[in-house]
Amino acid sequence: MLQKLQQLDRRWVFLLMLLAVAGPMLADWRLPEKPTALVRQTFEAIDQLPEGSKILLSWDWDPSAEGELGPMANAFVRHLCEKKHKMVFIALWPVGQQLIDDTIEKLIRVEYPQLVYGRDYVNLGFKPGNEGVIKVLLTDLRQLYTTDARGTNIEKIPVMRGLNTVRDFDLVISVSAGYPGIKEWVQYASAAYPNQVRLITGTTGVSAPLLYPYIPDQLQGMLGAIKGAAEYEQMLLEKYPPPHREDVGKYQEALRRMGPQMAAHLLMIGLILMGNILYFASRRTKRA
Amino acid sequence: MASDDMVVSEKGVGKNRWLAAALLAAAGLYVAWRAVAFGCGTVYVLPADEGPTAVTAWEAVADVAQPSLSRTIGVWLAALLTLAIFSFLYRDNPLYKLAEAVFVGVSAAYWMVVAFWTTLVPNLLGKLFPAWVSAGLMPGLAPEREEGWYWYFVPLVLGLMLLWRLSPRGAWIAAWPLAFIMGATAGIRLVGFLQADFLNQIGATIRPAVVVVQEADGQGVDWAASVGGTVQAVLLLAGVLACLTYFFFSVEHRGLVGRTARIGIWVLMITFGAAFGYTVMARIALLAGRLEFLLNDWLWLIDPAGLRPPDWTGWW
Repeated sequence: MLQKLQQLDRRWVFLLMLLAVAGPMLADWRLPEKPTALVRQTFEAIDQLPEGSKILLSWDWDPSAEGELGPMANAFVRHLCEKKHKMVFIALWPVGQQLIDDTIEKLIRVEYPQLVYGRDYVNLGFKPGNEGVIKVLLTDLRQLYTTDARGTNIEKIPVMRGLNTVRDFDLVISVSAGYPGIKEWVQYASAAYPNQVRLITGTTGVSAPLLYPYIPDQLQGMLGAIKGAAEYEQMLLEKYPPPHREDVGKYQEALRRMGPQMAAHLLMIGLILMGNILYFASRRTKRA
Repeated sequence: MASDDMVVSEKGVGKNRWLAAALLAAAGLYVAWRAVAFGCGTVYVLPADEGPTAVTAWEAVADVAQPSLSRTIGVWLAALLTLAIFSFLYRDNPLYKLAEAVFVGVSAAYWMVVAFWTTLVPNLLGKLFPAWVSAGLMPGLAPEREEGWYWYFVPLVLGLMLLWRLSPRGAWIAAWPLAFIMGATAGIRLVGFLQADFLNQIGATIRPAVVVVQEADGQGVDWAASVGGTVQAVLLLAGVLACLTYFFFSVEHRGLVGRTARIGIWVLMITFGAAFGYTVMARIALLAGRLEFLLNDWLWLIDPAGLRPPDWTGWW
């Protein structure tokens, strides 16, 4: 038995993980979330700004991180729309531009049809250059962005009036999956202009532990992985409940993924414990 | 004996193949049935001035939305490619290789097109020949030349020198722009790291060890927050010093230094554990995202966001 378990085909583990994630999804198992201090701080960074504040949203991710960052990107945009802030989208990752289009088409135009492109929000699209883009944006945004993603001259876009550098924005939000992303925003924007650039982020679980040292001086808020997104959604739902109660599922993209998270984590803990028990048991058998 | 084992093993492999083929066929039949019976995977769009907008099946019920064939094919392709990639978990196979090759090819082509339209056209050609680019390629660009426009010949020449690498002779010419790129990148990154990851981190560590937090109404001290803040500040300082001691190799790790270094190892291990936990959460979130796409958008087995009426059966 011991030997059989030690030589267990790893595909059984894959199958168990699949069941652990798919099971709660099929059963629609949801868990309550209590927002932590960091998520509350991130929420307040947007919520306390006066209506109509100018926000720069940097979509620094691609579809490979959609499972984690999609829900938090949508939650950020919903919050900004509820607060009637002006949104300027850019992307440091090439596919970011399509993700911005997706956000505009599936979220803003559907849920907030009263918002007008060019007046309330604009998509400036992707620019190559990684941290070089951030450095130019700090001195002269119009030097780099002469048109928006649709080819309209930036001078003719009302929402861009008075916005010449990143320092003219009230807040910068980077939804970041790696390089270039929030680390570069910290290094080149908030570190260079500590009192003029306010920065918050939604980031992947892999990046989050590396970003804690920047909080709170260089980074004013952070949503770490799907858990951060779920807590943020919880706060958003409490403060801005959906117009129709039956629509609530639409606003729980991250919350509904916490059930599968719980089951998969329990499985992982079980597997780690079993691995350790098997290791010590086999050592004892060898000694005997 | 060895040949007997081989015969048993070959029989086992053959049995597994038949089992896998039967399971695959059953799954295929099930998906085909759902496609025919429910029209699953169908995407609906609403015609609009700014281009069609993806909407839910509720708009199709109200007879205002139309099914989109191209987007539906997109969902089916995405689902089949996801399954092809997942199939690698069972074993390497031609379907996985096909999906991998498609991904690599599409990525390379995408990068090439993006680089052309976002870098070469607006940032180089648009600066050197703005009237021509504005008239023929990007109408939004200003047709007038900027002051100092001729400086853009420098990146043009450096770019051409970089391409010299492809030539069988004179490949050394590419080393010059490469040296420029390396030097400039190192310089830019050095400044960023020095400020954000070195100087500011020292500042963030040297904080008062005793933290006193006032109540929100300003009447007295919030003891719970004060004690919590003090413990946090002391732990932060002690953790940093212990880790630095571990990496200080000029003194032998014995006695007090050895014990401090050992605490440093523990702090590092806790950090690695936290990072591992976050990574596990991240990977499961990605798997959950893909499974939700398969079960919700493709197969319509679940509907957590209420995107379809309960008895909805697609376009027929």
